[in-house]
This record gives sequence, C-alpha cells and structure tokens, in this order.
Amino acid sequence: MATERPLGTMIRTRGLRKTFGKRNAQVEAVKGVDLDVRGGEIFGFLGPNGAGKTTTLRMLATLIPPTAGEATVAGIDLLRQPAQVRQQIGYVAQGGGSDPLMTGRGELVIQARLFGMSRKSAEQRANEVLEMLELSDAAGRTTGTYSGGMRRRLDIGLGIVHRPKLLFLDEPTTGLDPQARANLWDEVRKLRDAGTTVFLTTHYLEEADALCDRLAIIDHGSIVAEGTPIELKRAIAGDVVTLGIGEHPRALALLRAEPYVREANDADADGLLRLYVDDGDRALPQLLRLLDAAGISPQTIALSRPSLDDVFLRQTGRSLRESAA
Amino acid sequence: MKTLRDTWLIFERSMWLTLRNPVWIIVGLIQPILYLTLFGPLLKSIAESTPGFPPGGAFNVFVPGLLIQISLFGAAFVGFGLISEMRSGVVERMRVTPLSRFAMLFGRALRDVVILDVQGLLLVVIALPFGLKIDPAGLTVALALLSLIGLTVAPVSYAFALLLKSEDALGPLLITMSLPLLLLSGILLPLSLAPDWLQTLGKINPFSHAVDAIRALFNGHFGDPSVGFGVVLMAILAILALSWASRAFGRSAA
Repeated sequence: MATERPLGTMIRTRGLRKTFGKRNAQVEAVKGVDLDVRGGEIFGFLGPNGAGKTTTLRMLATLIPPTAGEATVAGIDLLRQPAQVRQQIGYVAQGGGSDPLMTGRGELVIQARLFGMSRKSAEQRANEVLEMLELSDAAGRTTGTYSGGMRRRLDIGLGIVHRPKLLFLDEPTTGLDPQARANLWDEVRKLRDAGTTVFLTTHYLEEADALCDRLAIIDHGSIVAEGTPIELKRAIAGDVVTLGIGEHPRALALLRAEPYVREANDADADGLLRLYVDDGDRALPQLLRLLDAAGISPQTIALSRPSLDDVFLRQTGRSLRESAA
Repeated sequence: MKTLRDTWLIFERSMWLTLRNPVWIIVGLIQPILYLTLFGPLLKSIAESTPGFPPGGAFNVFVPGLLIQISLFGAAFVGFGLISEMRSGVVERMRVTPLSRFAMLFGRALRDVVILDVQGLLLVVIALPFGLKIDPAGLTVALALLSLIGLTVAPVSYAFALLLKSEDALGPLLITMSLPLLLLSGILLPLSLAPDWLQTLGKINPFSHAVDAIRALFNGHFGDPSVGFGVVLMAILAILALSWASRAFGRSAA
C-alpha cells in the first residue's frame, strides 16, 4: 500500500458552536471550538462523557448544523457545501451502523454503491476491505451473528469502503475487550499509514496516549489543551525524578545548576528529593554521572511521567478517570 | 439520474431485507382474509334486501374496502421498520453519504407499494370464488390507485417514525389515526347506509373517495366521477406526503 501523506490542514474550525434547545432552556454543548487537524495524522478528541466530543464530531460529519462559527473539512466549506463534504469523509458512529439482517459483504457493497461505485467495482472493493479487516470468513453471515470486535471492524470497513481522505470515529473502542481494542488500534494505525486522516473521540486516557498523534482535551464544551500526548504531558511540569538521598544541600545546589532541571525541591520527610526535569530519559543518565562525579551516591532513583490524567487534572481541577466513570 | 439510481439502490436493499422474511407479506393478509371469509358472506343477503346498498354485489362493495384496510393497517405501519433501522444506526450511516434524501424515502416507499399491490392482487384473487366480479382494466387502474394510497400512507408513517423515534409513541398514534379513517371509508358497510352527519364526516375522509373510485373501477365504470376525483385526490396527497417525509429525512438527527 502506498504511504502517501497528504499535507496541509484536513479540518479547520474557528469558533464552532452548538446550542441545543429552545430559547428558555438552552444548553451550550460546544462553546466555540478552534481546531486544526493536519492531513495524515490520528487526531484524538479526549474528554469525559457529555463534554461535547460527539456533538463536535457530528457537526464536522454534516449530521447537525453548527449554531455559529466556521469550519473547513477536507478543504470544503462545511456550512455551504455539506453534500460535497460527505463525498470526502467516512463516518463511524459510536453505536455502529450495520443492519443485523444484512450480511457483512452486502452492507459493504451497498455502501460502496451509495458513493457511486458500479456493482462490479463495489464487490471488488468490498472483498478488499473484508480481507484487510480479516472478515472474509464471516462475509456471508448476517452481522447480527458477529462478535462486538467483528462488528466494530465492519463499521470501520463501512467508513472506508469509498476510500475517504478523512475518517471520523466516535468512541471506536467503547465496549471492546482489551484484545479487540488493540486489534482495532492496529487497524487505525494502518489507515493512517496508508494516508487517511483519522479524527476520533475517546474518553480513554490510554487510547488517547497510545493511538493519537495529536489530541485536544475538551471539557464542558471548550478545548482546554491541545498538542501531542508527549507535549501535553511535558507542558505540565516535565518528568519527575525522585532521589533517595536525604538532606543534602550540596547535591541540591549541584542539581539546581543543571539547565534541564526545572525545579528541585528539598527532601521530604522520607528523605526523597524531587526533581522536575524536561526529558527524564535523557536527564537520568546525566544526573547519575553528575552525582557520581561529585561522589554522591543516592540510595534509590525513580523516574515517573505525568499522565494525560495529570494534564486533565491541571486544566480542569478534576480527574478524567473519575469523571469518565 | 442520480436520484433515480439512489432510489433503486434503496429499493433493492429494502426489498431484499423484506424478502428475507416473506412470511410477513402473508401475515399482513390474514386479517383481510378473515374479514373476507367470515364477514363477507353476511353482507350477501343484506346487499340484496337493503335499499341504498351500492350496486355490483356484496363483494364488489366489500373488497375495495379491504384494499383500503391493508393499506391503512399494512403500509401505515412501515415506520416501525424504519425505527429499528434508526436504532441499528443504518439511517445515520446513510445520511453521511451522498445518497439523496428523497431516495432514502422514495426507495423504501416504492418497496412498500410493491408489497401492497402484491397483497391487493392476492386478496382480489382469493375473493373471486366468493363472487367478486371484476373488470380487468378496472383492476389495473385500481392497483394504480392503491399505489397512490401506499405513496401517501407509507411516507406519513416514515415521517412520524423520524419525528417520534420510538415504537411506543408511534404505535398508539398510528392506531388512533388509522381506525377512524378506516371506519369513515365505509369498509364494513357502505357509507350510503349512514345517517347524514356520518356521511358528511365520510366525505371529509379522502380514503372514502378512494373506496368509491375502486368500487366504480371494479365494475368497469371508468366514466364515474368518483374515479377521476379519487385518483387526483390521492395523487395530490401522495405528493404532499412525499415532500413532507423527504424533508423529515433531511432534517432528522436520527
């Protein structure tokens, strides 16, 4: 498969807003979202349930009209030409979209034909997709007999059968067991590697961390942080190095003089000294060499990284793990 | 062109799904067949002895009413199928394709019309041994009129399904609407036997004009004013129903 990476911006929104309800009981689900999704990346939209993730995704996928703001999707004005946007995108809803009485192949063929393919090329393409998603053996069975993971793979297949530039996935792995989830992540990475831009929503920290090239964290309808998972976590306070060294003014002075050490706190009651460093992987060996050269040998040394939950906590004052539960 | 192709695709898919379980086509006929066999014979002596009973014999009066019954209790309930398609996500999936919104509706409605016509034809064939005498050309036009009825009733059912999104709400609404329309069509006994006020109510009901038209057609009376009026009326209603429902398909956040 060709690994061509479309450059440029695949989604651009400014002040995208959605208000539901009548005048007397309005709910502002999305409060002015600015997004820039680059071509060829997996972009994640992370937030707790009810944060406005799905509403934003449904606006971008032409299902609901925005209340205000502007958006360009796959280079096309979303508000003026939603029909043209539909030609370029694939959409996989959280609950899926296959009829339990249709066969997997039947659904893929009709979906391809809805995008204008002839019956013959639709059948060819359906077989290709079935093979890619390892569904060939189940192709002739009705989707009602599929396992959760198989049905999810078919949903993805329905989203990509017409080779869209951009694929929207709403909570793609909710309800899947860990193995099916890992399997699906691989499929999504394969799509990205083949040049498809993927925009997904998730409330799983691990998914945002492991799968997404970049992500935006959304809470109460507003984006609170945006960047690569590594950038976001690093922006917090860097990595944390804990040294079991006791009260040691000389060591503290030495460490504070290092350029990569942002902050070094005095040892706590347990004699543990905490350092905040920019890049723990690189800092650790340097720290050890430095201390060794000065004749200081710590009893213990530990490196820990802030998680995306720390990022969420910092931005919202709540833990995503708790709000998602 | 594109709309035609899209309509065909949706028709093909819906028909395929219906034919996976063709027993429902027969199930839909059980009620009218019971009426035909267990109630129809009662009309025979009434028809002969009652002044004001329409001409053409009991079954020529009764069977057109049964055709309205299968449309009001068959095609009217197609919305249930749409609700389960909304629940499985199929409708939303198709809304994010270039598929024409009109085709989403029209393809399904055409499937319903074909089923309705097949049921109507079966019912007529079953009624022949009971004494239904029918003009073949009249039957052809009557089936066309039945198609127009289907194109009115099915879209209305779909539009309500899209608005209500729940079987629990759709069922009572459809029953409440269908039953008075059915009774005011004079299907069990002709409305010509009714008191004035009931006849007036019947005249407001468009389906009573459709029954009158089908009765005239069965007797081969093409020139009867009820034929032209019934066909034009149902055609107008079909257009209104189709445009309303196709807008509902475009709008609904199914």
